[in-house]
Amino acid sequence: MNDVKTSTGGNKPYIRVDNLKKYFHTKRGLLHAVDDVSFTIQKGETLGLVGESGCGKSTLGRCLIRLLETTAGSVVLHDEKAGTDTDVTKVSSSVMKELRKKVQIVFQDPYSCLNPRLSVWELIAEPLIVNDVFANKNDMRARIRELMNTVGLAERLENSYPHELDGGRRQRIGIARSLALNPEFIVLDEPVSALDVCIQAQILNLLNDLQKEFHYTYVFISHNLSVVKHVSDRIAVMYLGKIVELSNYKELFVKPTHPYTQALLSAIPVAKLDVQKERIILEGDVPSPINPPNGCRFMGRCRYCQEICRKETPDLKEVLPDHFVACHLTPVI
Amino acid sequence: MSNVADTIHDAGTAYVRKKKRGALAEVLFRLRKSPLAMFGLCVILLLIFVAIFADLLAPYPYQKQNLAHMFETPSKQFLLGTDEFGRDILSRLIYGARISLQVGFIAVGIALVVGGMLGAVAGYYSGWIDNGIMRVMDVLLSIPQTLLAIAIAAALGPGLFNLMIAVGISAVPNYARIVRGSVLSIREMEFIEAARAVGSSDLRIILKHIIPNSMAPIIVQSTLGVASAILNAAGLSFIGLGIQPPYPEWGAMLSGGRQYIRDYPHLTLYPGLVIMFTILALNFLGDGLRDALDPKLKR
Amino acid sequence: MDANTQNNLLLEIQDLTIQYITDAGTVHAVENLNLHLGHGETLGFVGETGAGKTTTALGIMRLIPSPPGVVKSGKIIFEGQNLLEKSEPEMRAIRGGKIAMIFQDPMTSLNPVMTVDKQIAEMIKLHKNVGEAESLKLAGDMLELVGIRRERMHDYPHQFSGGMKQRVVIAIALACDPGLLIADEPTTALDVTIQAQVLELMKKLKQQFDASMILITHDLGIVADICDKVAIMYAGRVVEYADKRALYSNPVHPYTIGLFNSVPDLDDDKEALNVIPGLMPDPMDLPAGCTFHPRCTCAAEQCSKTKPAMIDVGNGHFAACPIRAKALGAA
Repeated sequence: MNDVKTSTGGNKPYIRVDNLKKYFHTKRGLLHAVDDVSFTIQKGETLGLVGESGCGKSTLGRCLIRLLETTAGSVVLHDEKAGTDTDVTKVSSSVMKELRKKVQIVFQDPYSCLNPRLSVWELIAEPLIVNDVFANKNDMRARIRELMNTVGLAERLENSYPHELDGGRRQRIGIARSLALNPEFIVLDEPVSALDVCIQAQILNLLNDLQKEFHYTYVFISHNLSVVKHVSDRIAVMYLGKIVELSNYKELFVKPTHPYTQALLSAIPVAKLDVQKERIILEGDVPSPINPPNGCRFMGRCRYCQEICRKETPDLKEVLPDHFVACHLTPVI
Repeated sequence: MSNVADTIHDAGTAYVRKKKRGALAEVLFRLRKSPLAMFGLCVILLLIFVAIFADLLAPYPYQKQNLAHMFETPSKQFLLGTDEFGRDILSRLIYGARISLQVGFIAVGIALVVGGMLGAVAGYYSGWIDNGIMRVMDVLLSIPQTLLAIAIAAALGPGLFNLMIAVGISAVPNYARIVRGSVLSIREMEFIEAARAVGSSDLRIILKHIIPNSMAPIIVQSTLGVASAILNAAGLSFIGLGIQPPYPEWGAMLSGGRQYIRDYPHLTLYPGLVIMFTILALNFLGDGLRDALDPKLKR
Repeated sequence: MDANTQNNLLLEIQDLTIQYITDAGTVHAVENLNLHLGHGETLGFVGETGAGKTTTALGIMRLIPSPPGVVKSGKIIFEGQNLLEKSEPEMRAIRGGKIAMIFQDPMTSLNPVMTVDKQIAEMIKLHKNVGEAESLKLAGDMLELVGIRRERMHDYPHQFSGGMKQRVVIAIALACDPGLLIADEPTTALDVTIQAQVLELMKKLKQQFDASMILITHDLGIVADICDKVAIMYAGRVVEYADKRALYSNPVHPYTIGLFNSVPDLDDDKEALNVIPGLMPDPMDLPAGCTFHPRCTCAAEQCSKTKPAMIDVGNGHFAACPIRAKALGAA
């Protein structure tokens, strides 16, 4: 069993994920999208989740807020004020409706995540209406104005439709929707991947400012390591449904320990000249997550692969304080 | 803060504050841009007006026979001439609009409600319910629609109401398929998930997100469907399974005149022209609506 | 420009202006663009969505969809001949033969119902005088060259992964040994580790084939990796054009500087990124003067009035910003 603890003292983590699994039935077999993943998230921190397409990071993000039903495992949300623990994956739908106010998501594609028939105003009002937050129309109006202001949408845009706006503004609408109910925890699923660098920087700054102001806890999902590094406190690297390395953001970049993390880091193109770094070019493609074989998921592309890697699936072990790696050969590498 | 930047600098992009317009007004506004669609709409509105005020507009009662004026060609007295019983063709066409439009709209209404419900259920719940419903629809689709309508009409017997049912039921599979298709594609859209993420109930998701977004193809299909329903009803009346004499239905008039087509072509010409123009108008309107209903094509 | 580079010139674009004329207005996609590319050089074309990068590339290939696209003015001189004066049959021989293009999305740029060897062979047959058997053999060679085993040559595109498909696309592009390769965001649709593979391959093959390349990208990291020269585009104009070394060590145009600042730095720990305020202007309604002036921190009064010319700030480093050029002591 993966025993993941953080050494932040006796404080109970805000979110504790234990042995989370999400399998999909497909025609070709069982797709292991998320396979036995355990980790914790502290209140107010940003956990970065990186990996290539198909590694299960988005599925994991959706499981955390129960937009997908999990196959096994638990996601326990700790309420500090009430001192209660709630397992998000098992609560009834009425409890979940209450919980939805606390856990929110921002989607990747600002083009498809907004109903094209609703205006900006209606889009931001939706969470408020659905949850009967305001009895009074004027209060709601004030709140929507406030939200638009918070995310930097000019008031005159309120009757515009999403397709009339650019990607950055649409993503601001998505963010405003997720903030409307005063959440504690927000899953950011590739929120800037569809945007140009300049707009991306604006949105990253906005997310950063919002966290400072409202103390949100973020899970930031992205395939872009430089972006993840910029926003995260800790980073989890995923490969084929498993977390292969989890550590403080600085340490991950200074001392990447899992061979996959090393390759991933070396593959990022850096916008600088004369960067001295070893290029590790991985052979082949990510294998299929349908009925994966035993052993380390990375073995087929790993340059260190040994006998043991083919037989046993490595557990996520704490190799350094607060630095977890799932590799049999950690001490060797 | 970064967000302020957006509000202050709007480099070159002139987003003007828009007035809120109702959905219907918006569609009409955009429909105005297409002359063909506007022509279609005008023709349909005119026909509806004629149908409603048939009593006032028609120069003669539709069943009034005048054996002294049989087979008369158009004249001042009878603008479009008379038929084999000396009945005024114009009056019969005017009253016929009543029946034909009724048949068209009500038959499509039946098809839309039944087919729409079946399609929505199949699309939303998928799995075996979907399979069951759609296989039955596939079987019905494999029978030519006119043949199916003939079979149903023959089983129910002639009459206006039975005609509507026959034409309506025979069109059900088309609507079921279209509704299911659009529900299926919209159900997978990310904004449905986004709505669920903020706590929307299933009912709200269906009413607020799925239905409005799947309306466009359904409305378009319905307009075109009215045309084919009128045509179908005309066909059934033509072979004697629809409206019975002396009720003036366009198809029935066409059928009545066919014996005399060599000597008195105007008996078939005018009902034929009216049917053609009505269907053309409905098709133009349908095409225009398809564009007008797509919010992305705005301006 | 000295005589040496003049002789070495493969492609020269002079004053190219491309517009899309639509009912809603005229889109100024490319305006007065000047560029030159030497033999064996790799030019990076950097800019945001809608900056006119792809339009320029399509312009060189004479593939601008028309209507609505119109080449208003300019010359595209390739190997000493103006491509804009070529007839359509002449152009067809050049496309794929002398100038090849790699598109962004490998999923859609291959024909799904044709095996990959046939797709490569088709290209070879079009431009070289060889028979069916010979062209298929050459196709197999090309596949091996891009790192796909010969056994797989009879497979269909859907049997390959995204990275492999892009390799096939590269094989098609290089099949006729073109002098110029235009790659439009060739790795944007790929994952980082696959991107690294493909970039490595392109670098290797470019040398092997001794081709020049125009690489269109929005990623300054990729440019740093494989380009020799860089052109930064903003709202249809090239705002800075220089040797890679000069541009990265000493960016001149305020937009270029802003672009560099917008990229999160892996080695640096910064709370907030320095963003360029505002948005790209609407290409139908470009601001007068310098198109960047409404967002520019060092804009002066003249910027909103006169269109800035490209100014040499030293050693072939051009920037379209008189204010910055003055500050640097040039012009």
